[in-house]
Amino acid sequence: MSALPDLICPAGSLPALKAAVDNGADAVYLGFKNDTNARNFAGLNFDQKNMAEGIRYAHAKGCEVLLAINTFPQAGRVGDWQKAVDAAVDLGVDAIILADVGLLDYAARRHPQQRLHLSVQGSATSYEAINFAQREFNVRRAVLPRVLTLAQVEHVIKNTTVEIEVFGFGSLCVMNEGRCWLSSYACGESPNTVGACSPAKYVKWDKKPGAMETRLNGILIDRFGDDEPAGYPTLCKGRFEVQGETYYALEEPTSLNVVSILPEIIKIGVKAIKVEGRQRSPAYVTQVTRTLRAALDSLAAGSERFHVKPAWQAELAKVSEGSQATLGAYNRPWR
Amino acid sequence: MDSKFTIPKFQLPGFLASLVGKLPQWPHSLALVAGLNAALKMNLLPVDELAALEDKLFRVRVLDTGGEASYTYRNGLFRPVFTPTREPDLAFAANLSAYLQLLARQEDPDTLFFNRELEITGDTELGLIVKNMLDAVEWPKFPGRLPLIHH
Ligand code: SF4
Repeated sequence: MSALPDLICPAGSLPALKAAVDNGADAVYLGFKNDTNARNFAGLNFDQKNMAEGIRYAHAKGCEVLLAINTFPQAGRVGDWQKAVDAAVDLGVDAIILADVGLLDYAARRHPQQRLHLSVQGSATSYEAINFAQREFNVRRAVLPRVLTLAQVEHVIKNTTVEIEVFGFGSLCVMNEGRCWLSSYACGESPNTVGACSPAKYVKWDKKPGAMETRLNGILIDRFGDDEPAGYPTLCKGRFEVQGETYYALEEPTSLNVVSILPEIIKIGVKAIKVEGRQRSPAYVTQVTRTLRAALDSLAAGSERFHVKPAWQAELAKVSEGSQATLGAYNRPWR
Repeated sequence: MDSKFTIPKFQLPGFLASLVGKLPQWPHSLALVAGLNAALKMNLLPVDELAALEDKLFRVRVLDTGGEASYTYRNGLFRPVFTPTREPDLAFAANLSAYLQLLARQEDPDTLFFNRELEITGDTELGLIVKNMLDAVEWPKFPGRLPLIHH
């Protein structure tokens, strides 16, 4: 029986961080209040003072702190990203999560003692890519993009000594981590450039009789009937007319949920399971952390008697985008 | 708040709703505004984000009671607006239970939004600022210490 994977939970604010720590996260991940991280939303994230307080709180309770600097430095402003790396080291975070190769190089040279993780935004899907990052930048862990099947994840793990982290719960990106420009197509800004997909200033929710319309920079993305669940206003989750049919042509508004395959995930040697959602409130962090903690703990003694409690799934479905969940690529027949 | 204490999702029975609907509009606004100003006094709200609220008009509509309250933020204070003369910059609509669940940090606004229990219209970015600002507030553990109650 392999050891239980670490549970890595999101923190967009100090109360969310405390909720994660108090409900059983092994590590929290967070970002600075600027475009060096991919959840750069107004009012979200940490200034240096809050970050220091959060780190103190987490460390006092034996919880690790991982800092995401996971966007790509913009032309002429590389220094801002390097300064963020220096600040993270000064603050004493347990690891920095990086995506950009230049920044990985900077961090590895300037701060050789600092533990580095390869972000999902780095889009490394093969063990060759991961081993390269290990050789060149001494990366100790890689977060896998949500495109691999379980068998492919296992194949990666067998061929690398880098720790592997996978997504366990949360909203799905259309699976093009680090490469998606759909948002720029609609409004000129994308997660990898400004740190936000579909920035709020371009989003308009329009209440019409019997329906709600979502527009991104004027482009109609979806229309929800009064009893239809809603999703985030991203292009990938829009309903479009394709060859005379209107449907979710790219991705359904839904959340990933791996609870039902936790025994397999543990068996293949996954080191850490990540929960998406730094943009969500402390209530979400509490609910998801608590539920996944309970599911993982029930596996501590072995997986023979593991069964998925309906209460876990109900709690997770409730907080899911579009109120539904999927196993995503993990069990996809096609690759 | 005791974490064991949960607010069920409920809808006010019709007769009660019609009763509450007959109450004048101002008690809602005043309670809301007093709470927000109490948070201001304790320096719980971040200055940067507050600047984005200056002179914006907010409307909170409680669907099952039929009540609604409008307020604005000006010169460092939240103020009720009893007779709004224009459309709000940001409007919320939900049943009372949803608001209570939000205030108790029992549900997350995105969850309520996905489930269509919370409606947000108007300036979406302003909505996000308000949401993230309230999420980041570290409410005191003992409600007895709220200046609201002392003063
Ligand atoms: S459009 Fe969809 S897939 Fe692309 S970055 Fe945004 S959420 Fe991710």
